[in-house]
Amino acid sequence: MKYDIVVIGGGPAGLAAAVEANKNGIKNILVLERDRELGGILQQCIHNGFGLHIFKEELTGPEYAERFMDELKELNIEYKLNTMVIDISEDKVITAVSPTDGIISIQAKAVILAMGCRERTRGAISIPGSRPAGILSAGTAQRYLNMEGYMVGKKVVIVGSGDIGLIMARRMTLEGAEVKAVVELMPFSGGLNRNIVQCLDDFDIPLMLGHTITEIRNGNRVTGVSVSKVDENLKVVEGTTFDIECDTILFSVGLIPENELSLKAGVELSEVTNGAVVNESMETSVPGIFACGNVLHVHDLVDYVTEESRKAGRFAVKYVKGEINGDKENVIDTKPLNGISYIVPQKLRTAYLDDNVSLYMRVRNVYEKATFVIKADGEIIKEIKKTHLAPGEMERLSIKTDLIKNRNISELTVEVVEEVK
Amino acid sequence: METKKLTCIVCPLGCHVEITKNDGTFNVTGNKCPRGEKYAIEEMTNPTRVVPTTVVIKNASLSRLPVKTSKPVPKKDIFKVMELINQVEVEAPIKTGDIVIENILGLNVNIVATRSMKSVI
Amino acid sequence: MYDIAIVGGGVIGCSIARELSRYNLNTVLIEKNNDIATGTTKANSAVVHAGYDAPAGSLKGKFNVRGNEMFSQVCNELNVPFNRIGSYVIANDEEDMKTIKDLYDNGVKLGINDMEIIDANEVRKNEPNLNKNVVGALYAPSAGIVESWELAIANAENAMDNGAELKLNFEVKNIIKNDGVFKINSENEVIESKMIINAAGVYADKIYNMVADSHFEIHPRKGQYFLLDKVEKDLVNHVIFQCPTKMGKGVLVAPTVDENIILGPTSEDLGIDEKENVATTFEGLGFIKEKVAITTDKINYRNVITSFAGLRAEPSTGDFIIEESDQVEKFINVAGIKSPGLSSAPAIAEYVVELVENSFGNLEKNLSFNPIRRKRIKFNELNDEEKAKLIKKDPQYGNIVCRCETITEAEIVDAIHRNAGGQTINGIKRRCRPGAGRCQGGFCGPKVLEILARELNVKPEKIALENIGSEILIGRTKEKI
Repeated sequence: MKYDIVVIGGGPAGLAAAVEANKNGIKNILVLERDRELGGILQQCIHNGFGLHIFKEELTGPEYAERFMDELKELNIEYKLNTMVIDISEDKVITAVSPTDGIISIQAKAVILAMGCRERTRGAISIPGSRPAGILSAGTAQRYLNMEGYMVGKKVVIVGSGDIGLIMARRMTLEGAEVKAVVELMPFSGGLNRNIVQCLDDFDIPLMLGHTITEIRNGNRVTGVSVSKVDENLKVVEGTTFDIECDTILFSVGLIPENELSLKAGVELSEVTNGAVVNESMETSVPGIFACGNVLHVHDLVDYVTEESRKAGRFAVKYVKGEINGDKENVIDTKPLNGISYIVPQKLRTAYLDDNVSLYMRVRNVYEKATFVIKADGEIIKEIKKTHLAPGEMERLSIKTDLIKNRNISELTVEVVEEVK
Repeated sequence: METKKLTCIVCPLGCHVEITKNDGTFNVTGNKCPRGEKYAIEEMTNPTRVVPTTVVIKNASLSRLPVKTSKPVPKKDIFKVMELINQVEVEAPIKTGDIVIENILGLNVNIVATRSMKSVI
Repeated sequence: MYDIAIVGGGVIGCSIARELSRYNLNTVLIEKNNDIATGTTKANSAVVHAGYDAPAGSLKGKFNVRGNEMFSQVCNELNVPFNRIGSYVIANDEEDMKTIKDLYDNGVKLGINDMEIIDANEVRKNEPNLNKNVVGALYAPSAGIVESWELAIANAENAMDNGAELKLNFEVKNIIKNDGVFKINSENEVIESKMIINAAGVYADKIYNMVADSHFEIHPRKGQYFLLDKVEKDLVNHVIFQCPTKMGKGVLVAPTVDENIILGPTSEDLGIDEKENVATTFEGLGFIKEKVAITTDKINYRNVITSFAGLRAEPSTGDFIIEESDQVEKFINVAGIKSPGLSSAPAIAEYVVELVENSFGNLEKNLSFNPIRRKRIKFNELNDEEKAKLIKKDPQYGNIVCRCETITEAEIVDAIHRNAGGQTINGIKRRCRPGAGRCQGGFCGPKVLEILARELNVKPEKIALENIGSEILIGRTKEKI
């Protein structure tokens, strides 16, 4: 089989990329989805709050996904369900498996990686104890609850205050469970304020910041946990331990881009994002292989996923049409400095920049009143004042391309400067 | 006199707002913009929420259909709304926006499907 | 009435069951848990030792060397992956080198003739990720790695293929011997047997005390481990042991047959009542990190996919106890099988058959005995042509359930329906690995549960993680309808 563009993953990123590629004039597109339906993880995110930027209205996850699914179908873009990609070669031969088609081999001119992410597990954060029933990642519990209608427990402690954990606190409560607490190691929450208010405060669920689980008690199932305070070095403070009785612990301790396939294709990954290193076109280190959505870096807003994926779709078309020729001249490296953990994209080829450059990044700490200082080769080109910054919220900074184009700049840095109180 | 401490959720700033009600007038502090005052007064007088949840569905590839309240409902009514939603059973096919319960609790709010599901029979 | 009841479905009990199935004996394997291979067998280093370190003249020494010799054939017949990758005991100074020389001499006494003491250059050439201060190593080429639980499961399956019975969730409450017949009682069932083989692991003392005054006690000794993601698979190529010192045996760094890296164990003596304590601890995991750093500083702990702990059955006698009781006729203890128990398992089973024969008189051969366990298809290891052919034959091979380990629905269905098949989430994980990868079942857990419920024809709420009482789902939402 031969396609101009193959999109791996039929979630929000893959759908937006495929639709945009089609609209830009390439019709020979195939979307490969491993699940039995399109929509990806949004199908289990039944809460509202999606789409405020893109659609100017508040949608639930399935509604947001369905808009793109409908568009995909209207545009007659080809897709295959129940199809798992098991290999991508550097020359863009994709091998996939499905019950109906067997082994499929597809030669693509361009590939868009949109495989999403997975949840960090309890094992990965080494919370000690046994391994009884009643310990799940929040997303797994979400799937059981929202799609199949199964309860995973009655008395719940949630570890980690990421948005999935907060959302699950409300969902479990609405379905009759008692959520005893959300325990967060850091002194701030990784989730959005509105979720803390609407998912915890509304139901009087305590958010225990700067705490960790120090013991899990159990028989065949969890029977309780011990929780302790931690100090500023995240070390347990002696004498602060207390017990909570529960039958379930949900872990919501972060997401990790799933890049095992990208590695097979020889794509260079960033150690910070765990996703590909990309340029302004969302193109990876392998020419013609693009990446977008949570496989690239973990997002908190699906709207940004859509934005970024549209760009990947648009540039994949340019690549197929031969409008990008791997120009290595005038490449600007973006570099996170003080207070910033990463910037995507990592490279900007000035020849292919739109009128504005969007830089996506996360800050390392909570800041009240701070300024993003953007420098080109050490010279300040823009300052953006912010009254509130938090690691849980991805920041998108927009810079006019004129500020950096045709100036022979090699490095663009961004740093956070806190206002002196 | 009644006092309430809130986190404003109008924007990501999350101002810690304190509102006091005294003889029918409100005194809001801690907000950094007028929208915060409005939010605080609403939260004290009639806080409302959209409720997203599921209902039982038959003849579909999944056994639960996601639904939501078409408009925000009073916070105090959330569990009453849930009780009624929990008693409903629908059958596929369903289209997004289909009304599952009309005018729930007389609130002038419908319960609507938030995704489409095909019939599997 | 059974001829023989084996108490305990660990690697020892299962190996004995298979050896006995070569004879026309009515054998039952009884296990207190909801699956076999759920005790010590599921949580250990999974190393087949060369056998140089047990004292000459001990049972440990004797059975380890013989067991190691038998491993290739047993694993071949049972289709269990076994890689003889060899082991290094690394020395960091001259004193360590002396210890290594002693180990070498001891090994020779035990009949191990292929060991070598190699110099620092050789070590570095073969193991570039070890710390630079290594001065030499004892190389034992016969050491290997195996999945201990798969070995146990394969033995049980083959035993059942050849006529043995398996009873799960049968916790022995008491044993009464009358007129040469043992009545073995569980909470709600009684079975009768002419002989009992006590392979009850950490509970072997408790079982023996039901019929006699036990002359031994079994103390649980906890070992904690880290397991690293496959991205770390090239870290080491051999089983790397530290040189034993007065401070202890040290910890190992080793590849697993599934291409992970295992680090550990700790060695913590627990109280006699702590026979279910398999909790990992901050201290224990910290200890491993500290000790492993002596071997290599190249470990990225961001790649830990899980940590776990197991219990070793530490006998008060210091050596394996494998004998017919001198107080109760036809009661055979196979107790205190601590390390190198896994390595010794095939040889222990062989020897137990001798004990049975001594007790019963000549055993009649099972003429239909088939030593070969049906091959387990591993989709991921096939070439594209073979994959396509399989999917055509059975489309369930085209449904990849576990994306981290590339496990198909057909492999899971097969693991459920084999003899001694898996009926739990962990049981399936042990048999064909969905959930053993980096997402730890986050994605495939619900799918495996659905397949189990469908194949076993039970409600999803009945599917357990491990034992009865560890069900994943507690009920449905909107239950009033």
